[in-house]
Amino acid sequence: MNWISVFADPNTQWILFGSMLLGLSSGVIGCFAYLRKQSLMGDALSHAALPGVCLAYMVTGTKSIFFFLLGAILAGILATVSISYITRNTRIKQDSALGIILTVFFGVGIVLLTQIQHSHSGNQSGLDKFLFGHAASMIQQDVYTIAGISVVLVALCILFFKEFKLLSFDQGFAKGIGLPTILLDQFMMLLMVTAVVIGIQAVGVVLMAALLITPAVAARYWTEKLHVMVLVAGIFGAISGFVGTIASSMVNNLPTGPLIVLAATVLFIISVLFAPNRGIVAKAKLRGSVKSDFKTVAHQGVKEKSL
Amino acid sequence: MNHVWIILIGALVGSSCSMLGCFLVLRKMSMIGDAISHSVLPGIVIAFLISGSRDSLVMMFGAAAIGLVTVFLIQMFQNSGVQSDASIGVVFTALFAVGVVLISLYTRQVDLDLDCVLYGEIAYAPWDTLHVGGHSIGPKAVWGVGASFLLNVLVISLFFKQFKISTFDPALAAALGIPVVFFHYLLMGLVSISTVASFESVGAILVVGMIIVPAATAYLLTDKLSTMIVISVLLSIISSVLGYYIAFLLDASIGGTMVVVAGVLFLIALFFSPKGVRHHVKFSHGA
Repeated sequence: MNWISVFADPNTQWILFGSMLLGLSSGVIGCFAYLRKQSLMGDALSHAALPGVCLAYMVTGTKSIFFFLLGAILAGILATVSISYITRNTRIKQDSALGIILTVFFGVGIVLLTQIQHSHSGNQSGLDKFLFGHAASMIQQDVYTIAGISVVLVALCILFFKEFKLLSFDQGFAKGIGLPTILLDQFMMLLMVTAVVIGIQAVGVVLMAALLITPAVAARYWTEKLHVMVLVAGIFGAISGFVGTIASSMVNNLPTGPLIVLAATVLFIISVLFAPNRGIVAKAKLRGSVKSDFKTVAHQGVKEKSL
Repeated sequence: MNHVWIILIGALVGSSCSMLGCFLVLRKMSMIGDAISHSVLPGIVIAFLISGSRDSLVMMFGAAAIGLVTVFLIQMFQNSGVQSDASIGVVFTALFAVGVVLISLYTRQVDLDLDCVLYGEIAYAPWDTLHVGGHSIGPKAVWGVGASFLLNVLVISLFFKQFKISTFDPALAAALGIPVVFFHYLLMGLVSISTVASFESVGAILVVGMIIVPAATAYLLTDKLSTMIVISVLLSIISSVLGYYIAFLLDASIGGTMVVVAGVLFLIALFFSPKGVRHHVKFSHGA
């Protein structure tokens, strides 16, 4: 394997850096989404971003990440508003509302995508990559943008840590002490949409949700404290981004997205098995020690009785 | 003739998915349908690599098995303290990623296209015909989807009462001696089989659309389960016919347009049905 050449190439270094920052920021944001029981919202948002991205491309005719961001944010806001409108005003539950919005938006996106493929020729090749992601096709400017936005996202999460913490654990209390919960809610959604949009290019629409969910769930196994969880999820996300991108650049013809997701999944499985207190091994050990304790106690009890 | 075949395939996919969708929507498990339709991908690829052909029953049952594994894994993580939607997210994305990697690794052996996985190629389905004794007896897709449709109709009409009770009141069903868990997994097995059968024609995500959207629309129109199933099947047939013609006019993805039409029908029901927005708002003002 040509490990050294992979690291020596400055272009690859940038891409690696970009996907690590991407993993970091989505891991951090995913923690709040997980605690607020909105994990699948990331899934819905990433699918809903597709028509926005396609429309942005159709209107501007360029593959500029800023216009994509704009289109996807508009589509994302429309999606979240529709989901909450449906759940509030009809008897349809949130999961079905999510599913409806996800599939219908994605259907619109696919229709637009085929329109683009049929009308413009040649220049649309990059758009296909949005479905599964292809980090290697990112140009340096994209990487700068991704890195910059990721840093801003993480900084905002640190800045609003207290508010987000309160919102995640006790929304009623947050409202009671005068926090603008609806505004914060929308703000957090905006952060999630942004993370999804910058992630789409590296991971793809379909698997972007995993980058938000999996590191956060894995981190939950290791700790009971929010700040530790956010830190661990960020690190897990960064490691997955690193490993996935390296693997994708070494083996030909492999899309980056699935590899990053698989790396995150391996970390998740390790967490499920070996995390202290919550992991399967730790639980089995605890059960074993309780059992042996009980045995000795029961044995003594029998002895005392027989005496 | 091809128009007829494509519309027939679309209508069969729609009916068999939306029939099951009614139960999923009522059980608040819509997203499990989403998860299964993604996670059968590695099952399909592995079966494909082993058997080397696309039209084997083995493939269908392999995928159904993976579907059940998905449900089992989701349940397992849920029981160990992970939130339900997060465990759905972790499981299906991981399996889907495995599927995509397998397809990319064995592109030469696997005659499956990544784009096809997502939004299907119903337009080419009529040419892939099935031959018996030298005579063409129609497209393979019609037989595959038709078989899964008949299977769904058969199982649901046989066990309608059991499905109904265990959907609306699982505790009562258990008390009556109905094996609730068995029917849960039976339903999930049917969802997996329908997904696999519909996979090539409309693609993973659009299968989910046909599972959730017509059923949710029907949910806004009636209070009766049997009526809901009939309405959702009719809606899915309407969306596939209309969707096909609109796609034909616009030269767009057929599967995508079908789901968009289903979405438009949902929107109409949302605003104008007696159980839609207006009624609901009035009701909540009165109460």
